[in-house]
Amino acid sequence: MNLIAENLSYKPEEQFHLNEVSFNFKKGNLYTILGRTLSGKTTLLKTIAGLLTPDSGSMQFEDKDFLKVPVWERNVAMVYQQFINYPHLNVFENVAFPLKQRKVDNQEIKDVVLKSLKSVGLEGYENRKIQELSGGQQQRVSLARSLVKNAKILLLDEPLVNLDYKLREQLREEFKSIFSQGLSEESIVIFSTTDPREAMELNGEVIAIDEGKVLQVGPAKEIFENPKTLKVAEISNDPPMNILKANIDSNKIKFEGIEVELPGHLSNLNENNFNLGIRASDIKLSEDGFEFEVELAEISGSETLLHLTRGDTKIITSIEEVMNFNIKDKIKINFNTNKVYAFNESGTLASSPFGGSYV
Amino acid sequence: MEKLYKFLKYSFITIWTVFVVAPFLWALTTSFKDFNSVNGGATYIPWVDFEPKLEGWKVLIKSPANGGVDIIEPYFNSLFVTCTASLISIILGTLSAYALSRFTFKAGFVKNNDITFFFISQRIMPPIVLSIPFFLFLGAIDLLDSLIGLIVVYIVLLMPIAVWIMVDFFNKVPREIDETALIDGCNPYQAFFKVVLPNSIPGLIVAGMFCIIFGWIDFFFAFILTFTEVQLLPVKIVALNSSITPWWSLSASALVSVAPLIIVAFIVERYLSKGNLSGAIK
Repeated sequence: MNLIAENLSYKPEEQFHLNEVSFNFKKGNLYTILGRTLSGKTTLLKTIAGLLTPDSGSMQFEDKDFLKVPVWERNVAMVYQQFINYPHLNVFENVAFPLKQRKVDNQEIKDVVLKSLKSVGLEGYENRKIQELSGGQQQRVSLARSLVKNAKILLLDEPLVNLDYKLREQLREEFKSIFSQGLSEESIVIFSTTDPREAMELNGEVIAIDEGKVLQVGPAKEIFENPKTLKVAEISNDPPMNILKANIDSNKIKFEGIEVELPGHLSNLNENNFNLGIRASDIKLSEDGFEFEVELAEISGSETLLHLTRGDTKIITSIEEVMNFNIKDKIKINFNTNKVYAFNESGTLASSPFGGSYV
Repeated sequence: MEKLYKFLKYSFITIWTVFVVAPFLWALTTSFKDFNSVNGGATYIPWVDFEPKLEGWKVLIKSPANGGVDIIEPYFNSLFVTCTASLISIILGTLSAYALSRFTFKAGFVKNNDITFFFISQRIMPPIVLSIPFFLFLGAIDLLDSLIGLIVVYIVLLMPIAVWIMVDFFNKVPREIDETALIDGCNPYQAFFKVVLPNSIPGLIVAGMFCIIFGWIDFFFAFILTFTEVQLLPVKIVALNSSITPWWSLSASALVSVAPLIIVAFIVERYLSKGNLSGAIK
């Protein structure tokens, strides 16, 4: 009864959009596909919807060869990152469209559509034209349209990405409540995003994907705490995790003239030339720290992002307050060695502060 | 500065309006003149400058036996041929434009763009080049000097315009709209008729307008491919020109022949000003 895919590959031109993707999605669960832009998220969702046919591989759903079922019989729903609605129909007609297509009784359509519009906070907007709505409202209309169908598979392709900051926060909360109350045991929700924070907040099963390849599957917390490879660490952190070439010598980690005590969780590591991973948020300004030069300082929201250099080493740190720095300022920073990651030379997680290791 | 700009703007509009409207007014006054009034120097105001006569207009509906030209039948022929050919061109052109916009075709080195260019290339050739094959072709299937034959030829001439405009238009309609329709349970035909087409009405109107204009004003093919049985308006109007140029009836016929285009222009203008043409998508 699950949605099971095996070795889906899609390679329209030179590059793989999907590379041997396999998964097993269970009903009643929320799955988050996390990956950079052009990593194959949309391709994967379109393949599940039936808009794309993979070159090879198989997909089963409810004991049917799903790849042989045409889109319009698959009973899926999809919300795009661009706000896609039918411009020639008003809000009510837009939401009612899939039900009309199914020849549902008119009175029932009315009830269901009004209920759905209420659940996305668009009560009273039934007769508005789509063009008269703001971006967020347009996206709610397409969300309402995807909810009325009671689809077995609900696909959300970066639904929040084109919204402004405030609205994104607000709609994300609404998503969470809609998922928690409205998600029936009968349906699978698949949400794609580039934003690791979004993936963590939605707290479903995360599929980390890059260049069409599934890198790691697991609960959001697990992906964040124990990223299997450097690539996963890069995808699941924003700003990306700092990766530094480092050596271990007489119980000290050494890089770029900096020496710090080897923390307990790295004590089994006897590798030279490993990759040291430090989260931007784990680096703090500190008087007794190491000197770096400010290359770029950007204020984003309530935090300050600093791009720092020391010799050939470049790191990024995020400071939880708004501060002004000039370029070429010398500042001192330090980091908590108990929170660093170690990846071996080929990029696999050797040790994490949470005890994970894939070596 | 503001005032100067306003002054220049209105001056320009005024001059332009005079340029556009003056010929029509001239034709209108001339159509009510007779031989003496036309040749008696420039006169403008009826009843004051000259005595208006209906002779010019009467010639248009009189039978040739009574010294008239009788443009009524050619007029309806022209209307029928133009409208039918435009309608068929729009239907076929829209369907092929949608296919060219949404599906990938490949036959050896021939791809979508090449096919689109093939359609447009029909309009690149000068009409004279096409006239001989058209003549032979219509002769072979016995459709020379017939309305059907003209409609066939006009479809060949007008469909490329429709394809050209509609391909461009469909390319601007997001593909995701079709995809959403498919996801919402439409098969590809329903997606086209229920979702894509209703959102393409502005494009259809523009394409239709171009087809009607180009069909209506064609003289060349109407002249070459018809003899006596069937005549179209432009050919008939030229036939007015005998030993003495009858300016009054020429003017009247010119006004009558542009009338449908003016009506079309007004309808489209209404539609344009409602903002439906520009704001249909996004």
